[in-house]
Amino acid sequence: MVGILADKDRIFLNIYGRHDWGLEGAKARGCWNGTKDILAQTPDWICDQIKASGLRGRGGAGFATGLKWTFMPKQESERPHYLLVNADESEPGACKDRDILRNDPHLLIEGCLIACRAMRAHTAYIYIRGEYVFERERMTAAIKQAYDAKLIGKGNVHGWDCDVRLAHGGGAYICGDETALMESFEGKKGQPRLKPPFPAGAGIYGCPTTVNNVETIAVVGTILRRGAGWFAQFGTEKSTGTKLFAGSGHLNKPCVVEDAVGISVKQLIEDHFGGVRGGWSNLKAVIPGGISVRMIPADQCEDAIMTYEDLQARGSGLGTGTMIVFDKDADLVKAIARASYFYKHESCGQCTPCREGTGWMWRVMERMVTGEAEMSEIDLLLDVASQVEGHTICGLGDAAAWPIQGLFRHFRHEVEDRITQYRAGKPHVQGHTLQAAE
Amino acid sequence: MSVRRLAQNQPASFAFKPATLKAVQGWMGNFPAGRQQSAVIATLWLVQKQEGWVSEPAIRAVAELLGMPVIRVLEIATFYTMFMLEPVGEVALVQVCGTTPCQTRGAEGLLAVCQRKFGPSNHRSADGKFYWQEVECMGACANAPMAAINDYYYEDLTPESFEKLLDDFAAGKKPKPGSAIGRQGSAPEGAPITLTDAKLYDGSLAKKIKIPNLPEKPSKTKAPA
Repeated sequence: MVGILADKDRIFLNIYGRHDWGLEGAKARGCWNGTKDILAQTPDWICDQIKASGLRGRGGAGFATGLKWTFMPKQESERPHYLLVNADESEPGACKDRDILRNDPHLLIEGCLIACRAMRAHTAYIYIRGEYVFERERMTAAIKQAYDAKLIGKGNVHGWDCDVRLAHGGGAYICGDETALMESFEGKKGQPRLKPPFPAGAGIYGCPTTVNNVETIAVVGTILRRGAGWFAQFGTEKSTGTKLFAGSGHLNKPCVVEDAVGISVKQLIEDHFGGVRGGWSNLKAVIPGGISVRMIPADQCEDAIMTYEDLQARGSGLGTGTMIVFDKDADLVKAIARASYFYKHESCGQCTPCREGTGWMWRVMERMVTGEAEMSEIDLLLDVASQVEGHTICGLGDAAAWPIQGLFRHFRHEVEDRITQYRAGKPHVQGHTLQAAE
Repeated sequence: MSVRRLAQNQPASFAFKPATLKAVQGWMGNFPAGRQQSAVIATLWLVQKQEGWVSEPAIRAVAELLGMPVIRVLEIATFYTMFMLEPVGEVALVQVCGTTPCQTRGAEGLLAVCQRKFGPSNHRSADGKFYWQEVECMGACANAPMAAINDYYYEDLTPESFEKLLDDFAAGKKPKPGSAIGRQGSAPEGAPITLTDAKLYDGSLAKKIKIPNLPEKPSKTKAPA
């Protein structure tokens, strides 16, 4: 067996698109099976089951999904409830939701219906990032199939009226933040809102709203079909279940794969991603959860496991579970400088520390790449990073600071060497040491 | 943040084509009455599909159609970077992802190809056929490096295969999107190593099942509508 999860325990059976994505294919793989029995239960039962399964949000923050659903008002009022599915996947490294959208769309639609029942909502919106044109076309077709088969919509066969509709994104990373997503959904700039009020009190159009990641919603149907205990048996006490992982960077066979939470970083890389380019001993560092978490160096990768608590204890995080791997030839300073540019580009401009700080950090990082910086600027940079972190409305400021902090925590000596080299007349340019220009 | 401004040269007018208008109305129907502003991003995208870019008269037309102040639509068009604010290439808009995961797998080689073939980024090529830019993460990292050409993703590229792809576009062909090395979606290269159990696909999962953990007395109350 490859990895630690048997094929029979996988949820996403068509993640590579080898089989029919459509309704018939999905049904043959168990989707929409027993949905009516699930929907006949009370919202409390569904929430309790999801709580018992230990499912945590798969979008990065890892909040308990069942608990989140119970924050919604217990009574329907004149303000309708909404489920808003966050398909604005744009975290560098993350490419897992895309495969659900294009290859297993019916799992997501079924999950929307069940989640809507659990939070007494009659409308689910899937906010899909603008660049995912093919995925949007695929989702549109799948939703039409579900309407035609009366699986969703008014008077559907499941007895809970529920519309599932698409919303169109504009390709902004910031809209992955739930409050920015709601602003964007309403047809505004994607600038995050202050909380409170929390979305469960006042979300889209001022109505109670819950925002969930695509993967979180798409696994719900299978969890209830197979039982909370089945899902909870995988992983650790605090990080349960199966999850989609993705690998990119210096791997022999990068891919997306579903395995149990709690698989070790080493086994994930060796079994599923074909190993590190040049062998395990050639590993330098791993960013385990999308670019916004701190990197962990190779020696820690020996025994690190993919759980929320283990990676957090290492100063990193599980995030979206999508890792970027660097081998010994990698220029980590340049890689993080590029990440800093990304955050500068994607800052929405609302909070000053982020708007000004991301650009400032990027410019300093660029000078660190060549070694053209002052040695004292390293501490200055870390000081500025700590002033951006935690001083913004949303998490983008934190996310911009963390990769830089991770770099200097483990590889400060590399930057220092580079600065020393530059001063000795050997600047580092594009991975090669050249003579300083006259 | 990125500073984005409208192009200097603007057309005199803009009119929705019937097909565009129909699609816009479809999006507007997705949202509750009076909330048609939610369709503004989709509408601007459809405008971009029709014209190739978003012009100032188009922004006014969208504002009128959706009952929004013009400034609000202008905000949207300049905030979201997928809206092109000047005319793009007649043949193709080439967007190469340059963010870290693609960078580590050689996106800089792709950027160099564009630079050499088409000149500086964010400009039309000399013959007006292409327009290229470096963009931020497109969400296809397991298939890096990649480029989106006219909306669809071309993945697992090398400078050589990318150059050939661009030549095909220039020659008027329509290359098939997806992996340049024959991977299916985001599956690992070579023979499948997971999801190989035939029992998953023989229909046995569609047999009637009993949902586990149901309450002792199944609730007889039907779900309230």
